Amino acid sequence: MAGPSTDPRAPAPGTPVPTRRGTEAWLLGFAVVITLAAQCIVDLTATGSLRPELATFGIWFTALWVVAHLVVRKLAPYADPLLLPCVAVLVGLGLVMIHRLDIAEDGGGEDAPVQLLWATIGLALFVAVLYVVRDHRLLSRYAYILMLAGLVLLAIPAVLPASISEVYGAKLWIRVAGFSIQPGEFAKICLVVFFAAYLVDKRDVLALASRKVMGLELPRGRDLGPVLVVWVVSILVLVFERDLGSSLLLFGIFVVMLYVATERSSWLVIGLLLFAGGAFVAYQAFSHVQARVDTWLDPFAYYDGSGYQVAQSLFGLGTGGLFGAGLGGGRPDTVPIAKSDFIASAIGEELGLFGLAAVIMVYLILVERGLRTSLIVRDAFGKLLAAGLSFAVAWQLFVVLGGVTGLLPLTGLTTPFLAYGGSSLVANFGLVALLVRISDAARRPATPHVAPQRLGDAPTEVVQR
Amino acid sequence: MNAPLRRVAISVLVLFTLLIVNINYIQVVRSEELREDTRNTRVLAEEYSRERGSIIVAGEPIALSTETDDRLKYLRQYPDGGLWAAVTGFYSVVYGARGMERAENDILTGRDDRLLVRRISDLFTGRDPSGGDVVLTLDPAVQQAAMAGLEGKIGAVVALDPSTGAVLGLASTPTYDPNALSSHDLDAVRETADQLENADPDPRTNQATQQRYAPGSIFKVIVSAAALENGYTPETVVPAPQTLTLPGTRTELENFNGSACSASGEQPLIDALTISCNTAFAQLGIDLGEDAVRQMAEAFGMTGEEFDVPLPVVGSTTGDIENDAELGVASIGQQSVQMTPLQAAMIAAAVANDGRLMKPHLVDQLLAPDLTVIDETDPEEFSRPISEEVAGQLTEMMTSVVANGSGRAARISGVQVAGKTGTAENSGPDHNWFIGFAPADEPRIAVAVFIRNGGGTGGDVSAPIAREVIQAYLDGQGG
Repeated sequence: MAGPSTDPRAPAPGTPVPTRRGTEAWLLGFAVVITLAAQCIVDLTATGSLRPELATFGIWFTALWVVAHLVVRKLAPYADPLLLPCVAVLVGLGLVMIHRLDIAEDGGGEDAPVQLLWATIGLALFVAVLYVVRDHRLLSRYAYILMLAGLVLLAIPAVLPASISEVYGAKLWIRVAGFSIQPGEFAKICLVVFFAAYLVDKRDVLALASRKVMGLELPRGRDLGPVLVVWVVSILVLVFERDLGSSLLLFGIFVVMLYVATERSSWLVIGLLLFAGGAFVAYQAFSHVQARVDTWLDPFAYYDGSGYQVAQSLFGLGTGGLFGAGLGGGRPDTVPIAKSDFIASAIGEELGLFGLAAVIMVYLILVERGLRTSLIVRDAFGKLLAAGLSFAVAWQLFVVLGGVTGLLPLTGLTTPFLAYGGSSLVANFGLVALLVRISDAARRPATPHVAPQRLGDAPTEVVQR
Repeated sequence: MNAPLRRVAISVLVLFTLLIVNINYIQVVRSEELREDTRNTRVLAEEYSRERGSIIVAGEPIALSTETDDRLKYLRQYPDGGLWAAVTGFYSVVYGARGMERAENDILTGRDDRLLVRRISDLFTGRDPSGGDVVLTLDPAVQQAAMAGLEGKIGAVVALDPSTGAVLGLASTPTYDPNALSSHDLDAVRETADQLENADPDPRTNQATQQRYAPGSIFKVIVSAAALENGYTPETVVPAPQTLTLPGTRTELENFNGSACSASGEQPLIDALTISCNTAFAQLGIDLGEDAVRQMAEAFGMTGEEFDVPLPVVGSTTGDIENDAELGVASIGQQSVQMTPLQAAMIAAAVANDGRLMKPHLVDQLLAPDLTVIDETDPEEFSRPISEEVAGQLTEMMTSVVANGSGRAARISGVQVAGKTGTAENSGPDHNWFIGFAPADEPRIAVAVFIRNGGGTGGDVSAPIAREVIQAYLDGQGG
């Protein structure tokens, strides 16, 4: 919101910084209207009438965002006003598509109400995070605990028996008592927090101690340790959980954060080489990796087997064309598991190229607002954390959508906010809560030094440099 | 850290641009290919989810869509399938559409531009989009008489209204039940299709429009027309020897059964046509020359070009004629002359309509789903092969054929019928043809009957069928 002449870090003294909460409220209202209208269209097209449940849904869904907005108003008044509306429209559109697929899959269960419930739980996490984490810098104190938690969460499915942890060939689930949890989604956030804290600590060493080889500033051997550890972990994920997505996600986020922290592009090159090497070895050594890649290269050649899903997804997208078949007018249920992994192809089929591109643009806005927060926040930890979280969303969307559209091999990741799946939705609500928290800190006018002391918040001071 | 952050922001932009470029590629560039991939069931399901328009004859649907509880919502049904199969074709999940189902697919599905306004209003009113109806020119009495006459035989009947070109009957045998091909039970559909494919001929082949045969002596009408246009009259005496040695060869051309056409070896043109004298017409064709014969055939529509009625009709042709010997044989409808039964009917119709050949058409009206008329076929002249005077002379000659000659089996009491028989030699038993129209003084129906390998003569086998068809139509019209 800062004009080109305004350095957000040094607002003109005496000018009150607008909170922009009004903007957020309007945009949230807009998101709710879009969602409810889409929901009505689905019902009218598919069944010819409006269900009475629609009223319940409308009230509930609206209430979610009213609560979210009020909480932000109270706990993070200077937060970026675009973050929450972007999430609202994505979650809303996801609910609409899931409901639409519920209708298409006759007797396929009612997943949309469950997803709404998950969104509610997600909102609870959102509120909890904003309430508990009053200052994001506080988190860096728990970096190593969070790392441990992240690694454990990441490892659980790998060590669990396949009957509990394996879905569609990828072992990244915990399925207990009818609930499916993808702990990787939570691990992602824990690890991003850890990376941020760790890199803020070590970035000087990682950046400065280097040798120049062939024009590249290469780090010293011993400084390679951490990146190697993450690399090994992500390769282990690839091998033991058979999930290229989580592996790619984890490693990609780490390398980018490393690059941001050190400002050394050599890390990008090293990371790329390491991943390429690892992926190549994995391709040579493991048949399931080979199968994935072969299917990716030509899904139609494996139409009757592993390529069926992507082929159907491409058929759906192609049939949708520019404008799509209209909500409720297509056949998105032809694609297996359209609700979670392939929800993007359902959107592309029914809302067309324009609809899908619009959704991508909403993600782009969300991510770029996150990165903007990272640019303007004052502390290094906040910068890295915001950058990591934003890039995590971007990178995950790229990997998932790339898979669904045949640009990348298919992975087991889900589309953030849109896709059916409790853990993904709840975890991403947590992620957005952190972004909201950081953006609040970023835009909050620099108060006189007396002010923070007035709160007597000891922990805040400890990490302050 | 801000410099790398900016670069990350730009990278994200690049990544997302990649995604958007890729979906553009899929949803725009490859859209058509993906949409039409046979493994993509969406378009089919979409088509079946709409109510397809009906094909209507005399106010009754001969093809209509009925709602089912199946995965595919609408089932295509043909109430009297076998009777109309040559016209309707079928509408199959497995094999696509044929016949009128294919020719008027855009109207039936509602995709046609003439239904655009309605489609847009459907969008706003939320009305289920549905297709338009196709009303045909056919006459049920004619069609039934034609199919009854063809029963047990391989052949075709085409009946036209000479003054408009409207197709009154279009029958082809063997026939089949289009319901069996349009079923939603795909295994049963495949089994039926296999059976049809192994039959000889495949019943799905339309004998009236898709197959060409040697026309035999009905081609003499065209040679007569060429002669009359070139100064001959019905009374002009032409040579009619017992046998004719074809120029430049030792081949002796005989008359049917080797009989003599006249004791004197010559006869008036009208008599030569009446008894279908081969030697007379072979000589006449040679005398007129290839150009005169070929041009007359083309003027009657035998251009070799396919045309639509809107069922596609393969082009009839006089073929390649190398020399006078071949011209002589072509002049009696053998050699390389190839004709569809529909083309044969067009010849009769042109003579009947004072020399004006009207474009044959099957579609009378196109109706929007709310039954308002969105298009109506106006009769259109195809060509004017002969003058009114020549048409009158030909009518006189063809009337003589039925009254006194080879076409006597087509006589109807109280109605003057004009016609011409044809018995075409081929590798199997002879094909039997008859073309004609009635009443001769004020023609209301023109008919062509073709029986493949009937083995008899056109007069024995085909003329009686033509009589029944004409009778059925005139009776139905209060004639």
